[in-house]
Amino acid sequence: MEAALLYLATMLTLAGVYACLALGLNLQWGLTGLMNFGGLGFLAIGAYTAALLTAPESAQPGAAHGGGFGWPWWAAWPLAALAGALLALPVGAAALRLRADYLAIATIGIGEILRLVVRNEDWLTGGPLGVPGIPRPLEGLGEPAGQFAYLGLVLLVAAGLYAMAEATARSPFGRTLRAIREDEEAAKAVGKNPGAFRLAAFALGAACMGLAGAMLAGFFKFMGPDALDPVTATFLVWVMLIAGGSGNNRGAVLGAVLVWAIWAASDFLAAQLPGEAATRAAYVRLFLIGLALQLILLHRPQGLLGERPGR
Amino acid sequence: MIEFLNFYLIPGLVLGSIYALAAAGLSLVYGVMRFAHFAHGELMTWGAYAALLAVGALGISPWLALPVAVLATIPVALAADRAFYAPLRRSAPAVLLISSFGVALMIRALVYLIWGPTPESYARGFTPPLLLGEIRIQQRHLVILGGALLVALAVHLLLSRSRAGRAMRAMADDPDLARITGVPVAGVIRLTWAVSAALAAIAGVFLAVDTELTPLLGFNVLLAAFAAAILGGIGRPWGAALGGLILGVAEELSSYPWIGNAPLLDPSYKTAVAFAVLILVLVVRPQGLFRGMG
Repeated sequence: MEAALLYLATMLTLAGVYACLALGLNLQWGLTGLMNFGGLGFLAIGAYTAALLTAPESAQPGAAHGGGFGWPWWAAWPLAALAGALLALPVGAAALRLRADYLAIATIGIGEILRLVVRNEDWLTGGPLGVPGIPRPLEGLGEPAGQFAYLGLVLLVAAGLYAMAEATARSPFGRTLRAIREDEEAAKAVGKNPGAFRLAAFALGAACMGLAGAMLAGFFKFMGPDALDPVTATFLVWVMLIAGGSGNNRGAVLGAVLVWAIWAASDFLAAQLPGEAATRAAYVRLFLIGLALQLILLHRPQGLLGERPGR
Repeated sequence: MIEFLNFYLIPGLVLGSIYALAAAGLSLVYGVMRFAHFAHGELMTWGAYAALLAVGALGISPWLALPVAVLATIPVALAADRAFYAPLRRSAPAVLLISSFGVALMIRALVYLIWGPTPESYARGFTPPLLLGEIRIQQRHLVILGGALLVALAVHLLLSRSRAGRAMRAMADDPDLARITGVPVAGVIRLTWAVSAALAAIAGVFLAVDTELTPLLGFNVLLAAFAAAILGGIGRPWGAALGGLILGVAEELSSYPWIGNAPLLDPSYKTAVAFAVLILVLVVRPQGLFRGMG
């Protein structure tokens, strides 16, 4: 019974992290029409910022990484969000002045370069050995209470981001973003600077992804290159948002929870298969996410919950 | 000096001509279809693995397997267009881009399913380089350079001399005007996909000959191909080819020990060169070397 509850808590914690990623992408793509295919990069910089600030100094001399300041999580997580935003600013400033597809191309570069940095800069990230011993917030409460408390914390952060995203969407700022997305010339004509608004939305979404990275690092208690997979960190989040309904924050959260449930269930089922078949099942699943994305685009482009008409 | 030529400039030109082919195909699709085709890298991978099948089954060299690669890749591009892109033709370019991203995942998954994740190569063993005085050049490099030149010439003749090529350029310049003047739009679109897929397949085989086959072969150079296409002015195949050549040389020269004895840029960061070039072009000359489409 307790094992089942712990498994459920694990799944829900990850669903909460995905909800934050999907809310961030919704700010960028759903509200503003910015394509970000480098979600992994923003997740990674947030994860490593939190990891290096909160982990204790690395013990073994052979496997050293940078940082290790032993900060409390509540001091490190805001900086992880800030790191995400800071990564977004220069790239966004260069790519956003032009067509939307140039940003999509540039963000692929962000994802790839962050992966290279994580793998190669051993002095900072520990290279392939990663950063071990990241303390999980609230684990002082002991097993299993600590895990449930952490789930509560993640859900609280996700709820906070949801409230922030809703407030943004309803604010004059959010209305301007939608106006720029729908008709840039008209927005310019009423004196709005599309470049600056887009950049702000891009950075805000990136901050959500950085924060999601910090929560992931705390959950795994370890961060290394193998914990960062573009399939789950970037592609899956796109499917979540498109399935749930881009432009709608509730849709983003619903898509994150539903798609994650399907993903986790298929993982569970695949694990029951014998060795070789389990590997192949992972590829079949990759094929199916691509196909699912197509079918939604073709048959229900607005997703489960479409964007509600603006107020 | 001779070391610079042998180990940096020649490999740079080889990589550059592979990028040139990949970027020209990408730019062609962008010009006619007006969206960034994210599955182009996976088309390269598909072509390279199709050639592997022919090399294994018939015992031929990868060069002779090029037609197989081309013939195996064109139907994939046409099928993706028919099933997924054509119904979205009237949607925003962003939707087509996301759709092509889904196609990329599907092709990649098929490659994993059919050939598995382990890297493969066409031939094992060592071929001694040719010596021309002090210049050492790998035989495969010579074939890649010559082959890329021939392919570029063929595409140039197609675009500039044939009726179909002129229709393609008309579509790229002004789709509405092309349509009302009786350009057979559906046929031009099919031809565009065929040429782009053929270029992707050839670039994929060349890249796999020079390195090794992995399921991420093409995806790993997608950023470089886009950077080259934008550098050359997006929608302009010749510009893209020149952009590819410049980018390939820049990538190899970035690890030359320009200052002191260490490589200027650690070779594991070669991908970053494409990214840096992309950002630089976007900031300094967003229309590219040759005025791309706005």
